[in-house]
Amino acid sequence: MTQADRPSIRPGIRLQWEAVQNAYVLLYPEGMVKLNTSAAEILRRCDGMRSVDEIVADLESTFNRNGLQGEIEHFLQLARAQGWLSAAES
Amino acid sequence: MNAAVTTSPVVGPPLWLLLELTYRCPLQCVFCYNPIDFAKVEDELTTEEWIRVLREARALGSVQLGLSGGEPLMRDDVEAIADEAHRLGYYTNLITSGVGLTRERLSELKRVGLDHIQLSFQDSTREMNDFLSHTRTFELKKRCAEWIKEHGYPMVVNCVIHRLNIDHLDTIIDMAVRMGADYLELANTQYYSWAHLNREHLLPSREQLQKAEQTMQTWRERMKGKMKIFFVVPDYYEQRPKKCVNGWGTTLATIAPDGTAMPCHTARMLPGLSFPNVRARSMKEIWFDSDAFNRFRGQGWMKEPCASCEEREKDFGGCRCQAYLLAHDAAAADPVCSKSPHHRVVVSAVERAQETRVPEAPLVFRRPENSRSYS
Ligand code: SF4
Ligand code: SF4
Repeated sequence: MTQADRPSIRPGIRLQWEAVQNAYVLLYPEGMVKLNTSAAEILRRCDGMRSVDEIVADLESTFNRNGLQGEIEHFLQLARAQGWLSAAES
Repeated sequence: MNAAVTTSPVVGPPLWLLLELTYRCPLQCVFCYNPIDFAKVEDELTTEEWIRVLREARALGSVQLGLSGGEPLMRDDVEAIADEAHRLGYYTNLITSGVGLTRERLSELKRVGLDHIQLSFQDSTREMNDFLSHTRTFELKKRCAEWIKEHGYPMVVNCVIHRLNIDHLDTIIDMAVRMGADYLELANTQYYSWAHLNREHLLPSREQLQKAEQTMQTWRERMKGKMKIFFVVPDYYEQRPKKCVNGWGTTLATIAPDGTAMPCHTARMLPGLSFPNVRARSMKEIWFDSDAFNRFRGQGWMKEPCASCEEREKDFGGCRCQAYLLAHDAAAADPVCSKSPHHRVVVSAVERAQETRVPEAPLVFRRPENSRSYS
């Protein structure tokens, strides 16, 4: 994945808020993962419209922190390896 | 009060809800997981009752939903049920043999928001022979597979493996490839219900299993990146039992066609437990307060060797149904475990599976007549 890619959640996979678990979860065929806050905040922005750079900028401004790029890109790689994300080239 | 309740930690939500919509099924699998006495159950829940179950369970936190059976498509309201499930926020999985699926029904299921389909190869003899010899069944599955793909679903194929078909694994995988499967699950039979009745016919030999694993490995390499293959060995060949249903009453609630609620789909066979019915009680009462769901929660119910075993968090003593079937005590250690005083039963079944002999008892097909005469 490069910084210009626009990742989106794969068809058939759903990100959803679960009040009972007080967490976002990722639902996929016959399975589910409960997401921690940072994973959820990143995945919520993977809408196929925003580039990796834009996601980083958005999160840095929302949480008023700098230097998140490495961490975010690392997570996106991981999420992609899990098959959660597809990345449309820009 | 039951000791298990006081010693168990906070009870989490029933994240998984499995609805066995009907026991009706056009197939007659010799390893069917439905109860032997399924033919007694005639009074299926109505659409409205299923929908009430969906609402109540969703409020408790259920989110993964399985629609199975029998053959769920024998009911004409799967679409209505899937529709409501989607509205409520469930992730809905349909488990079907494909019999009864049409392109029209599939389009409707897609439209109402069905998330996932698992296509199963079930019937071990008629259907499988048919399949292996390329006739009707293969055509039916292939057509289903095409529709499933056409509607944008991944193609997930499940095939139950046992002594009678394991030697054809190569052909089975080859056909799954030609059907365009993305995932292929080759699950060895688990020995409950009909499969337990037919166990002497179905348990593969060690040699068969080894060959099968080689075949599977070869295909795994060949199909790398194109198709994922899962292979589950029979637990009779293991030294430790599986963590059955992730722990009794922790994650899964199964509702049988007549509304009987159970912590796992085979639990009905256990004596001395009376399972609550959704017609009489709410899902909330059932999940938190019923004796059946509390009976084997936590560890308070365990006996030796489980009670003081350092591995008890790993498998919770294994499967209660297997303990009952093989040790005649639902609170015993699962006899698959080599520490169980009844492990011998498993060992001798495995030993018999190495012999080349035809079992004396006939192979019993899952038919309503047999259901009546064997229960
Ligand atoms: S295992 Fe076979 S007979 Fe039993 S419900 Fe499934 S398809 Fe029908
Ligand atoms: S003794 Fe019981 S808890 Fe220990 S490994 Fe065996 S089945 Fe599991």
